[in-house]
Amino acid sequence: MKGADLQLDAHGRLRHFLSIEGLRRAHLEEILNLAESFIGVGEQQVKKVPLLRGKTIVNLFFENSTRTRTTFELAAKRLSADVLNMNIATSATSKGESLLDMLRNLEAMHCDMFVVRHADSGAAHFIARHVAPHISVINAGDGRHAHPTQAMLDMFTIRRRKGAFHNLKVAIVGDVLHSRVARSQIHALSLLGTPEIRVIGPRTLVPRDLTNLGVHVFHDMAAGLAGVDVVIMLRLQRERMQGAYLPTEGEYFDLFGLTPEKLAHAKPDVIVMHPGPINRGVEIASEVADGPHSVILEQVTNGIAVRMAVMSLVLGRHPGAHAEEAA
Amino acid sequence: MNILIQGGRVIDPANGVDTQADVYISGGRVAAVGEAPADFRAERVVDARGRIVCPGLVDLHARLREPGLEHKGTVASETRAAARAGITTLCCPPDTDPVVDTPAAAQLIKRLARETGQARVLPLGALTQGLKGEQLAEMAALHDAGCIALGNARRPITNTLVMRRALEYAATLDLTVFLYPEDPWLAGGCVHEGVVGARLGLSGIPECAEVIGLARDLRLVEQSGVRAHFCQLSTASAVELVAEARARGLPVSADVAAHQLYLTEMDVGSFNSLCHVRPPLRTQRDRDALRAGLASGAISAVCSDHQPHDADAKLAPFPATEPGASTLETLLPLMLRLADEGVLGLDAAIAKVTCEPARILGHDSGTLAVGAGADVCVFDPERWWTVSEHTLTSRGKNSPFLGWELKGRVTHTLLAGEVVFELND
Repeated sequence: MKGADLQLDAHGRLRHFLSIEGLRRAHLEEILNLAESFIGVGEQQVKKVPLLRGKTIVNLFFENSTRTRTTFELAAKRLSADVLNMNIATSATSKGESLLDMLRNLEAMHCDMFVVRHADSGAAHFIARHVAPHISVINAGDGRHAHPTQAMLDMFTIRRRKGAFHNLKVAIVGDVLHSRVARSQIHALSLLGTPEIRVIGPRTLVPRDLTNLGVHVFHDMAAGLAGVDVVIMLRLQRERMQGAYLPTEGEYFDLFGLTPEKLAHAKPDVIVMHPGPINRGVEIASEVADGPHSVILEQVTNGIAVRMAVMSLVLGRHPGAHAEEAA
Repeated sequence: MNILIQGGRVIDPANGVDTQADVYISGGRVAAVGEAPADFRAERVVDARGRIVCPGLVDLHARLREPGLEHKGTVASETRAAARAGITTLCCPPDTDPVVDTPAAAQLIKRLARETGQARVLPLGALTQGLKGEQLAEMAALHDAGCIALGNARRPITNTLVMRRALEYAATLDLTVFLYPEDPWLAGGCVHEGVVGARLGLSGIPECAEVIGLARDLRLVEQSGVRAHFCQLSTASAVELVAEARARGLPVSADVAAHQLYLTEMDVGSFNSLCHVRPPLRTQRDRDALRAGLASGAISAVCSDHQPHDADAKLAPFPATEPGASTLETLLPLMLRLADEGVLGLDAAIAKVTCEPARILGHDSGTLAVGAGADVCVFDPERWWTVSEHTLTSRGKNSPFLGWELKGRVTHTLLAGEVVFELND
């Protein structure tokens, strides 16, 4: 499959990280295992390992995102890399420079990696296809298509809390139609052997067609959450009221907001996740977000370790790499 | 000039001809097929042994990009490509810049086509001014200036009342309208709303966008009595609706773009922008229904829907690319392939791009009858060629068939009795 060829080098190793689709289970497990080793770095006195020293990483964010950009920046710095932040809204593309021209200019500055977030689905693939061969591309979110590092940190969190995937029921609640996070999560859960993946939401945001992705579609929280081990809540964007997808946030919360009562349908040891930022009182009640089942803040910590793992693997610099790769 | 096209297999579906015969051309017209006319002395002989000789192709829908988008193509460059593709007559939609809503714009295009002399261009005039769907265009004046039919390109006429009036007015003048069935409210997407769109996170255009647009237009066509041609169908349901309307005796016809008979949403693959087209590539089921519709006659003609683009137009993330494919030069080979695959007989396949489109236009092309204008296509049906940036002569290299090996190479094209293209290798 074309996507797979693009992300992998001739030896089948990761050289870009664009989407979960196209990867094998072994690739995901390698990332999770390496991330495990990086968890300790954040707790050290000197929060650095020298793995990417001398490398230059460019954050190319065409969409605003302070939190994701910050975690990538932190991850890069903990690996001792140099980081360059490109604020695209004020740069040349807003003056009409094409995406390709911008890439050529950045390449001329001899960088090693682009971390890209863009509003168009397929943007990361496009960049990876046209970038100079020595540069690696990490997809930090492209349109509605994929957000693979988020999916990986979510898998990491689930694995740490639940141990394995082969006996889990996982429910993803909210605007799956527009969610790149959900798409990547579904692929990752599936690859890692999760037997039951559910999506829950109104038909306008969770259409029947989604069964094509290999999930069970529910339009009712009580039924959808019954016996579930992991609940992943997605953020509801304000725009959805404009596009006639929903009447009000209030009604959405009544039907699909995660409250303690609705959570009671799940297993007693259920964990509650959210990619953030959370909208209290819209998709999730404060009692749940701050409650004992919530692992939302762990996700943030895990995010740095997982991104460190992805960056190291993609640049071929990690403890398990052979001597000739690290050159 | 007296020209003899010698030794070829003449396939002329308009006259039920499929036979080995020589074709005699004199004074720009077909003088005879078979027996030489008395006193005929050929000034030029075209060797057509091993070749098929058929009427020059009639393409109902090809964009020449001029005036307004000359960086994508010109009347000269695209009619040159048409000639190389055996296409002698083509219709260009009115969405140029300026729009063909004035006689001057129509006359400009006709003059440019006359001056380069590579293909006959029959412009389509606008139905509404500026294609805005609000005020009617001067349809009588446009017709007098050479517009063979009228349409609104792919710009929607959202106001149903305006659409009704436009059709009634066109019917008054006995003009054919070219309609593009699509409900604009449902058409905000860049791929088919289906499996591939869901996986790639691309906004989709559902099947019902075409069906709802078609249903509305069919009712208005019936009510107004206008003669209507529906352009570039893409869904199985649309084929059914058109078939049903024709069975009830409505004066409607439909065409399909050749690439829709081969490609599906799967070909979008991993964001292949060469497969970003409108209407979008749909499912296998739709593709099969389009083929069946061709075979049954529900769909009367095949067009290229040629849309040449500059390289930049396709060099961006998928949703940011411009839709459209460069398809003039693959029209004939793809029709031949349909015959090879048994979807249509060879005669029927050639009819879909010669006499059928001519009949829809009410034009006298698409035939090799004695006395007809000598628009002729001579091609080698067994010769393979690979679609590539080098083999395409259109300015637009944006073909979704790049890399495909196709059979069928035009060796000679005659327009009004003059050789406008001869293959040199």
